[in-house]
Amino acid sequence: MTITDSPPRAGVRPVRRRRSSDRGFNRAFRWISHGAGITILVVLAAVALFLLWQAWPAITAGGEQLATSVPRFPADTSLLAYVGPLVFGTLLAAVLALCLAVPVAIGIALFISHYAPRRLAQLLGYLVDLLAAIPSVVYGLWGFLVLAPVLTPFWLWLNENLSWVPLYGGQASTTGRAMATVGVVLAVMILPIITAVSREVFLQTPKLHEEAALALGATRWEVVRTAVLPFGRSGVISAAMLGLGRALGETMAVLMILSPGFSYSLDILAAGQHQTIAAYIAADFPESTGLGINTLIATGLALFVITLAVNMTARWIVSRRKEFSGAN
Amino acid sequence: MSAVTGTNATDSSARTRALLTAADPGRRRTDRIMQGLIWFAFAIAMVPLAWLLWTVTVEGVGRMSIDFLSLSMRNIFGGDPGGGIYHAVMGTLIITGIAALISVPVGILTAIYLVEYGKGWLARSVTFFVDVMTGIPSIVAGLFAFSLFALFLGPSVRMGIVGAVALSVLMIPVVVRSCEEMLKLVPNELREAAYALGVPKWLTIVKVVLRTSVAGLTTGVLLAVARVIGETAPLLVTVGVTDSINLNPFEGRMMTLPVFTYRQYQQGYAPCPAGESATCVADIAFQNAWGAALVLIVIVLTLNLLGRLVNRWFSPKLR
Amino acid sequence: MNLSRFTRAGSAVAVGVLALSLAACGSDPEPADSASGDGAAESTETDSGEEMASLAGQLSGGGASSQEAAMNAWRAGFQQANPDATINYDPVGSGGGRTGFGDGSYKFAGSDAALDDEELAAAEAQCGEGGVIEFPGYVSPVAVAFNLDGIDSLNMQPETIAGIFLGEITSWDDEAIAADNPDADLPGTAITVVHRSDESGTTENFEEYLHVAAPDVWTAEPSGVWPVDGQESAQGNSGVVGAVQAGQGTITYADASQVAELGTVAVGVGDEFVEYSAEAAAEVVAQSPRTEGTSDFVYTIELERDIPGTYPIALVSYSLACTTYADEATAELVRGFLTYLVSEEGQQAAADAAGSAPLSDTIRQAILPGIESISAG
Repeated sequence: MTITDSPPRAGVRPVRRRRSSDRGFNRAFRWISHGAGITILVVLAAVALFLLWQAWPAITAGGEQLATSVPRFPADTSLLAYVGPLVFGTLLAAVLALCLAVPVAIGIALFISHYAPRRLAQLLGYLVDLLAAIPSVVYGLWGFLVLAPVLTPFWLWLNENLSWVPLYGGQASTTGRAMATVGVVLAVMILPIITAVSREVFLQTPKLHEEAALALGATRWEVVRTAVLPFGRSGVISAAMLGLGRALGETMAVLMILSPGFSYSLDILAAGQHQTIAAYIAADFPESTGLGINTLIATGLALFVITLAVNMTARWIVSRRKEFSGAN
Repeated sequence: MSAVTGTNATDSSARTRALLTAADPGRRRTDRIMQGLIWFAFAIAMVPLAWLLWTVTVEGVGRMSIDFLSLSMRNIFGGDPGGGIYHAVMGTLIITGIAALISVPVGILTAIYLVEYGKGWLARSVTFFVDVMTGIPSIVAGLFAFSLFALFLGPSVRMGIVGAVALSVLMIPVVVRSCEEMLKLVPNELREAAYALGVPKWLTIVKVVLRTSVAGLTTGVLLAVARVIGETAPLLVTVGVTDSINLNPFEGRMMTLPVFTYRQYQQGYAPCPAGESATCVADIAFQNAWGAALVLIVIVLTLNLLGRLVNRWFSPKLR
Repeated sequence: MNLSRFTRAGSAVAVGVLALSLAACGSDPEPADSASGDGAAESTETDSGEEMASLAGQLSGGGASSQEAAMNAWRAGFQQANPDATINYDPVGSGGGRTGFGDGSYKFAGSDAALDDEELAAAEAQCGEGGVIEFPGYVSPVAVAFNLDGIDSLNMQPETIAGIFLGEITSWDDEAIAADNPDADLPGTAITVVHRSDESGTTENFEEYLHVAAPDVWTAEPSGVWPVDGQESAQGNSGVVGAVQAGQGTITYADASQVAELGTVAVGVGDEFVEYSAEAAAEVVAQSPRTEGTSDFVYTIELERDIPGTYPIALVSYSLACTTYADEATAELVRGFLTYLVSEEGQQAAADAAGSAPLSDTIRQAILPGIESISAG
């Protein structure tokens, strides 16, 4: 690894650096960066407290009380049973999107970092980033008006010929406004985030490792498998987590594409079976009042808890595989 | 190279040597197949991109004109094909700009804290809760900002700054996560070299760590901006909607491009007398929506391009 | 090296400054634009400015999104007559509008449902001594629209409509449909019902109609939420219409101005079938009785769904305001705006822009005294 120009230059003029104020600067800088970290905790605590405070009336109210003041609330159920299908729908959408997106994203990242012609690589990376530049409203418009009608025949075919696969059962939607379409759109939306982070990590693979593998006669794929992928594993996991975070909270695209419903169905081709928490809040918030809003925020709290659980799992996975970093 | 890297390298070379004993044609075939798959993955990603951009361009380009870019929608209604998106463009630039002003310093400083100083329970909890924060649904962030300002200014508060705060809540964790990843990739040797030369820690961070990772930091910030510039739901509850020009983020409603797009889409068809007419276009709202979407995408692309140019000029070459 | 770094920094700053100044350039048309929108408003009438003394200031209201298209026309008309006034309307939904009106964040509001007693009490507490003004400012037919190749119109009895939307009638060549349409060439396509996925006044109104007109079939109590599970649905009027256009054999209910080129249902009222029209919807409102026992300024109606010759599925959306406001400027703006809203000119503007049904003279005369009494107190 070549050394950059900056550190030597930093050492060229050492006289200016040996002032006593350096100690003060050091301390000030440390406190400022500590302060930034603490700010984040404070903001998050404020959001969490606000969620809890606003959700509390709905949590403490009985099912009967909720049923009378929230139009969508069925008569004989509890808040937990009410939120259940929403949680299920949210997870289903996010997992579907992640399953579709991660393999493709790793492929793209490898393509840009190790396969594409050197000169084109940067331009191609830029192309993928463009996907992140497209606002979710536009994904919604496109998914609803353009993509869904195109995918419908394919979904119908899957439903007809492969209905023994649990996911493809049920009565397929004739307008394509089902979970499967949402999964595809969400996958496209989280692709650039996963790709961008993985790509940066793959690019940082120590040249020595790659050259060593090449010198041992490895093919390009073997270089990737033995040097690049192990090095980038934690980066890829963290990239996938970022993607998952976006997929879990994505509102507008789901809102505009999905035919919502409240059930624990695995039939991703059927309409009116699933709904995600974020889209549910956005759809019902305008017409809700009083306890209705509290109920919506309680579901928002559930989403919060899901992310917490997902992140704890991810953290556990990362900690099991010793994380590599230049700074450890 | 640190100890961990060393063992890693030995590991992989051992594995590589093991691989080399395998049969040759099989290895070549795998290599070919994987190469094909990787090219295919890239092609797959380009399909929706090209398709989307094509749709937005074809549908949106018809609305492009000087008027569309420099007029607001004041006094435009029904199928009237006049008016434009100037108010929404300025709203988006102002609100996103303020959000970036809030989140980038906080985000980068937090990332510095985590990578350079972070030890003990505080660092662990910051890392953890930044992860949690990425999962805040955008509408909840909007509700939070709204109720925060409503506490002081009453429930009728609708200002650009409230939306900017909501966007910051969404933007900060993205900035932290990507910047943290980038700072971690700065080789330790650089830091150690600077310390050995007697450079104090803060100066090492500013002059060595930040300078080395500036390219990655820019990418991180750009991705964060791209993440929030298209947000609709939080702005709808915090900033409201207007069809007149308002450049003051501290007073009155503002329009933004994504909200404009969504509102126009929601308006749907305008009832027009049968037949072609110059003053009444039935699907004008959809045309406006696509046009605004096109402009929004172009703005983000321009920002990206600018960021990349700065990035190319300033980043030191690591290899 | 150092010099070149400064040059680079300089050029980066220059590019930024250039971009900002380009953006600032766009503000040039603003005066012309905010003065009277003359660059953009060639097509709208501009000769209505003399009726009233020009008002100034900003007024914000919010509520039912169903009123949005009409509200755009009203705001534009009023702002053209009063170039210094700006009226904003947040289409947050009826519930949001009622809440906002109750806590004072909206000076006026639109709602697809009349205030209930509790909300009325909150609103009166907010408004002070004069109390609340409530009147049906926006009436619009709700069309039952479908997408079937080659069929523009079908006759249906309320029971048939209820059966279809419940999912009991599943095919377009069902006997119940065929019986009322002997001449139509009905295909055997399966019926796909599309309903509103968000809570909405349109849904509540449509359910109420089915509940009243076909009580034996449609037993669910009307609410803003669709009671049947597992059907297709979409967000907003434009969403359901888009979904219906995307599929074959699809059917939905939506604000009549939105149905574009879809086929529509002529609804059975008594022995005849009535196609939707603004006039037929205006008629049902004009002939329905006013709610009794309310204060003078609260004009709500009890919609009757079986008056012959009228179109029974009419969405009646109310406008809400106070009779007293804290300051004179707000009171004048509200008074001026609402006067324009109910005027023949205003109602016609809404009819042109949103396909709504203009208010009858009788109702206008009943409402106007309330609006004229708005004052600062």
